[in-house]
Amino acid sequence: MSVSINTRSEGHVFEGGFANPVMDSQGVFRRVMNALGEPGTVADLSGFVTPPAPLSQAAAAILLTLADYDTPVWFEKPENNDDAIGWMSFHTGAPRTADVFRAAFAVLEKMSPVEAWAKFPIGTSDYPDRSATLILPVESLAGGEPLRLTGPGIETEKVITPLGLPQGFEAFMTENRAAYPLGLDVLLVCGGEAIGLPRTTRIEEA
Amino acid sequence: MTLPEYNFAYLDEQTKRMIRRSILKGIAIPGYQVPFASREMPMPYGWGTGGVQVTAAILGPDDVLKVIDQGADDTTNAVSIRAFFAKTANVATTTKTADATVIQTRHRIPEAPLSAGQVIVYQVPIPEPLRFLEPRETETRVIHGLEEYGLIHVKLYEDIAQHGHIATTYAYPVKVEDRYVMDPSPIPKFDNPKMNGSPALQLFGAGREKRIYALPPFTHVVSLDFEDHPFEVQKFKQPCALCNATGVYLDEVVTDDRGSRMYVCSDTDHCETRREEGHRGPGLPISGAQTVKEDAA
Repeated sequence: MSVSINTRSEGHVFEGGFANPVMDSQGVFRRVMNALGEPGTVADLSGFVTPPAPLSQAAAAILLTLADYDTPVWFEKPENNDDAIGWMSFHTGAPRTADVFRAAFAVLEKMSPVEAWAKFPIGTSDYPDRSATLILPVESLAGGEPLRLTGPGIETEKVITPLGLPQGFEAFMTENRAAYPLGLDVLLVCGGEAIGLPRTTRIEEA
Repeated sequence: MTLPEYNFAYLDEQTKRMIRRSILKGIAIPGYQVPFASREMPMPYGWGTGGVQVTAAILGPDDVLKVIDQGADDTTNAVSIRAFFAKTANVATTTKTADATVIQTRHRIPEAPLSAGQVIVYQVPIPEPLRFLEPRETETRVIHGLEEYGLIHVKLYEDIAQHGHIATTYAYPVKVEDRYVMDPSPIPKFDNPKMNGSPALQLFGAGREKRIYALPPFTHVVSLDFEDHPFEVQKFKQPCALCNATGVYLDEVVTDDRGSRMYVCSDTDHCETRREEGHRGPGLPISGAQTVKEDAA
């Protein structure tokens, strides 16, 4: 394996993966599938993995479940994520890419500037699935300003109150929705929990 | 200790991850056919390899699996696939629609309404609704990209010109969230309305054609039609001969060589449940004196 691993942090890098990779990845996948199938519901992904900081349990569980050698993963601040990148590489074999255009998954930082998100692949009209999935950490999945969600997966409407969304998030997601079927899919994560916001979801201030 | 013969649910983990990623894209773009690297399965194409791969990728040890083939739990395809997952994933199986968490189906949607939390996996032979009108994949991709669906309306119009009504009775095309025209798999058009706004997650797998698509719960699914020729489902003149149910999809069963026939529920679980509840159809044989006595008492 050509992954360079920081020897000072070996323990962090090798440990803390799935205890039972087959069943754990299935369990996480079903929760993520429900999170994206029913946008706004909170998926509990805690307890599956113990990742090195600053990776949250939810973000790490998502990566271990879905990333492999087919999916370049882009880190917004690789300089802060040495251990996290080594951990992900060791457990999934997924390459880290510095090329934002190739990202299948993007591990963002809190308050990530949305202006930079325009560079992520949103697919083509022939293949809208060739797009990135953003993993966005927030302060909390509750306690913030209410946002009303509508769209597929939601019977009437759903209200979420994430705290610590980046400036201009709603406006970006409105544009993202307007580009449908092209677009980015977003997973808000905090600790061991995640909320799915696929490109079909309309987000307005409630 | 004996090693297991297969990975859980047969597929290897990399294959499951690849299928899982395709399923998530499918959910994010309802009705759009996501290409996936379909694998050889230990059954021939046409026997539900697409559905089996989707089921294998989502199935967990706590799931309860139901498999139906044209509505029936007891036909070869259904029995084989149920046995396949009982063996490779050691999951519980059922024939009761309400008890199942995952339902794999070939060409029917159960009569009993599906509920939130259930997943229905369709086996799809030809996922492209435009394939018989435009054989080139490159062209159908462009048609979907540009939302140029005139061709399929012409097909429905030609039905009307030739037959006086839309003669398509199964695999009746639908439009999803006012964007993608989708093949609902060869379910009778009778089942099309059940897709709209269903609380269950609907996944579609086409193994030979290497496509996965999806409908999240509560997705708008509209059958294509014309203002002056609105979409209509099949209606049956008689109730089920065994359970007396009306408003269900019936199969015609030829009963002798003189042209006699009876019409029975295509959904065997629905029919059995109704008979257990005491409903009796006119064609139900009187099966022994004991039963008759019980009914009389």
